[in-house]
Amino acid sequence: MQKILLLGDEAIAQAALDSGISGMYAYPGTPSTEIMEYIQSSRQASEGNVHREWSSNEKTAMEAALGMSYAGIRAMVAMKHVGLNVAADAFINSAITGVNGGLVVVAADDPSMHSSQNEQDSRFYGRFALVPVLEPRDQQEAYKMVRDAFELSEKYRLPVLLRITTRLAHSRAAVQPGEARKQNASRLPSDPRQFVLLPAIARKHYQTLTSLYETLRIDPVLSQYNILTRGKDLTTGIVACGIAYNYVLENVRDRVRDYNILSVAAYPLSKDSVEELADRCERVLVLEEGYPFIEEQLRGLLDRDVKVLGRMDGTVPRDGELNPAIVGSALGLTMVRGSDVPALVRQRPPSFCKGCGHADMFSALAEVMKEFGPGRVFSDIGCYTLGALPPYNMVNSCVDMGASITMAIGAADAGLFPAVAVIGDSTFTHSGMTGLLDAVIKDSPVTVIISDNSTTGMTGGQKSQATDRLESICLGLGVSRDHLRIIVPLKKNHEENMAVIREEIIYRGLSVILARRECIQTATRKRKAAAEKTRNTE
Amino acid sequence: MECDIILAGVGGQGILTIAATIGLAAVEQDLTLKQSEVHGMSQRGGDVQSHLRLSDREIYSDLIPHGSADLIISVEPMEALRYLPWLSSEGWVVANSVPYVNIPDYPDAEGLMAELKKKGNTIVIDADGIARDLGSVRSGNMVILGAASSFISVPFTSLEEAVRQLFRRKGEEITELNLKALRAGRDAAGR
Repeated sequence: MQKILLLGDEAIAQAALDSGISGMYAYPGTPSTEIMEYIQSSRQASEGNVHREWSSNEKTAMEAALGMSYAGIRAMVAMKHVGLNVAADAFINSAITGVNGGLVVVAADDPSMHSSQNEQDSRFYGRFALVPVLEPRDQQEAYKMVRDAFELSEKYRLPVLLRITTRLAHSRAAVQPGEARKQNASRLPSDPRQFVLLPAIARKHYQTLTSLYETLRIDPVLSQYNILTRGKDLTTGIVACGIAYNYVLENVRDRVRDYNILSVAAYPLSKDSVEELADRCERVLVLEEGYPFIEEQLRGLLDRDVKVLGRMDGTVPRDGELNPAIVGSALGLTMVRGSDVPALVRQRPPSFCKGCGHADMFSALAEVMKEFGPGRVFSDIGCYTLGALPPYNMVNSCVDMGASITMAIGAADAGLFPAVAVIGDSTFTHSGMTGLLDAVIKDSPVTVIISDNSTTGMTGGQKSQATDRLESICLGLGVSRDHLRIIVPLKKNHEENMAVIREEIIYRGLSVILARRECIQTATRKRKAAAEKTRNTE
Repeated sequence: MECDIILAGVGGQGILTIAATIGLAAVEQDLTLKQSEVHGMSQRGGDVQSHLRLSDREIYSDLIPHGSADLIISVEPMEALRYLPWLSSEGWVVANSVPYVNIPDYPDAEGLMAELKKKGNTIVIDADGIARDLGSVRSGNMVILGAASSFISVPFTSLEEAVRQLFRRKGEEITELNLKALRAGRDAAGR
């Protein structure tokens, strides 16, 4: 088979297909989105009838994947790091039930927060759940690791976590795929109560899991990914996790043989390899993308046996992603830089696209809110969060998926009037519906604006579960028909839209306004695709 | 041989198409390649960049180290300057002269050109104008790629072949326009 140019995400997707998955489950989230997108456009997936529909959120994705595993066939589930918070209940407990068909969970972390609200490190979730964690150094290794992860998952009957970061997810390189493997035939778990976590059963499973975790430290497949190279420089030994190893190589090149380096790509780490490094060298420098995960373990609470350098003592910055310059400086090398950025260069933050419906909705809302004062608009995760920036300055919160509605409820409970929530259509079906039910039951004096662009916009225009369903969902949850309003956010409707928003804000009960206009990006793409189709059939 | 290129622009200006073209050509030449991209939120009208590394041996880092890029290709003049810390002392800047103004405090054109010319190895061309004259306003990115082609370690013919492959799906007319844009860029750079 020929080498193919693949993003890290795509290498993972191709490997999952070649591992014989029968289902891929995900909710879009940068930098993980392209895993599902690759599978959705793959001929191999369609020929193998692999399930490849988006899920409503990461929790439903994780649970569906676990259900597929229950039925004895292989599944992958992928999400961004904060998505794993949403899926955490299912994820942690899937380690206690164990799996039947192979199950691999991909968490794509975003250090430096290129497209996220935090830079949490998913390796902690792996340790929390007591499951194996793999962290590839490059695209080819990502491919190989997914193949191994499915083997490990079926060998230990555990879910396996694959942790990647933005740079690997969104960097392209040539990948050599291997032989594809057949999908499993479906078979029920041999123990019908394996997945029944009643306390008596869960206690037994948990004991098995804790002892299994110690076995994982010496598993040969996992251990082969942690490579100790011994060199003559006995001053600073290096522990480099995942892609941090590439930055070390970039800096030291051919002199790599001089150093003692433990390149780590699989967890839990065995004590032996670290011990040998610590014994050989005067001090140990820990380089890891994300939190000081290994560094903290090496230091321990007392931090006095081994001299450890890393993020916690300032050798490496405490936050942000690594790069060749940071790693070079930590190694004590003199770094060169090109010329400085000239003073006239300005920041260019992201902004609404020309013709975006969210922008017209915010224009109307901003004008109405002038009458009520600042600090009263709770918002959510999506393109519309850009309403926080000038000229709108309209958004007072962006915390986690769905929090706009529930924070508005709490603020209204505290007496804040008005309390307005602005949420996108896909975010609403992800995690907004349950909050809206709370508001219905209390008839909270909250105005919820669902800014419906009929897509999951920020991640590139994936299908939204909300499309054509919002009215029936809201009515079904119990929103009053009289206070479920629909507006079309266009400049020509500005006055009329302001009037609707004002009326519903003044109303001292729950109202929902659907501000509906298709995303300008997806609309343009559809128009072009249609034009191309006409051209090709002419 | 190692060739480290930073591609710069504003979200939606087509720098990933430039990256894909060079990438295809590099694969055809049997070179090793790593190409780091920006997706997600920053794509919406914000500054975007892509690190593209070509080599005849193994490439370690996905990111180009500071002070070592051989080339900055920018489809926007101010964006070219943002990445100067990555450029090596002998490196080249090839930039479009046409500003993309979507911020209130965009610098004045003269100051911008003066800064670009301060850097010795600079080629600035009116890529949008050249593309418009060819009858293809959307091919400015291919004009810029053409202008930078002599600094990229792949033969011009393999870039042409890559353009054919990439645009095949869009039909012969669009492929031809992009090839013309590529050649016009090379001629405009005069190298």
